[in-house]
Amino acid sequence: MEPQAIHDAVKAKFGDAIVELQAEGFRPPFVVVAPERIADVALYLRDDPAMLFDALMCLSGVDYKDRFAVAYHLYSMTHRHTVGLKVFLPRENPAVASVDAVWPAANFMEREAFDLFGIDFPGSKDLRRILLPEDWDGHPLRKDYKYPEFYHGIKV
Amino acid sequence: MSHGPAHGGAAMSPAPGALSPEAHVMVGNADMFVNWARKSSLWYLLFATACCGIELMQTGASRYDLDRFGAVFRASPRQSDLMIVAGTITHKMAERLKRLYEQMPEPKFVISMGSCANTGGPFYKDSYCVVKGVDLLIPVDVYVPGCPPRPEALIDGILKLQKIIEQKRNFAAKKA
Repeated sequence: MEPQAIHDAVKAKFGDAIVELQAEGFRPPFVVVAPERIADVALYLRDDPAMLFDALMCLSGVDYKDRFAVAYHLYSMTHRHTVGLKVFLPRENPAVASVDAVWPAANFMEREAFDLFGIDFPGSKDLRRILLPEDWDGHPLRKDYKYPEFYHGIKV
Repeated sequence: MSHGPAHGGAAMSPAPGALSPEAHVMVGNADMFVNWARKSSLWYLLFATACCGIELMQTGASRYDLDRFGAVFRASPRQSDLMIVAGTITHKMAERLKRLYEQMPEPKFVISMGSCANTGGPFYKDSYCVVKGVDLLIPVDVYVPGCPPRPEALIDGILKLQKIIEQKRNFAAKKA
């Protein structure tokens, strides 16, 4: 199935929850979804016989300076088609529902986005820092991150 | 031939105060002997955190054969004399590194292998997570440059460390 057709199908099912299709310059094209509905859209894309997106290839955080985004790359082993999902989040307290109940692989990638961008994933089974030490201050991949001068007495 | 005073019998006994050539006595200074023993059995801790670790493995394997210099790897810090810091050290790893160093018995030596361990290397600028040189954490005896250093370079570093150990004074009177 082509990304345009996938977009049309989820648009028919979810209506206003589907904001747009980002096709130009994106590979794969991204279906932009309202953050409140991401778990429903994800479950539909995994289970619908025409979609069967059984693999979450990648989940990444993005900092656009004025807002954050979370990008999901999906792939179907059955139909061999691919599509992206994207949700835009506000700069203050970014949060989007976890999809680790849909794809268990999401857990580590959500932890990474939480660790480095400070994006919250309510409903996650286990949301802790994954790369940095537990007591690290701040989220380093944010554009406005200020480097600490010392960490445990060692110069950074 | 005689086999020393104990078996020689009265007729063969040497003059009083003289040692026969077979007496098996070696005279030297104690520092030299201890240093020789220490430099010839540098057991190193397996501590590889990045690509330098691959070169470290290669140095220990059959082609470069670090065993020739008496250096074999140990998996426990409590049996190690030498720590070869092979690779990038992050702030998260720093505490583990310090703990491993503290668990090693004296006398202990450290070789900093590769650019990351020496200075932070490619992560020197604009990295929030990499320690900019392992000498911020523990004392270093020899720095081996390279990214990563070839096995020849690491062997050169170990030979340099052996030279350092040869110079140690273990039994000299402590300076006031």
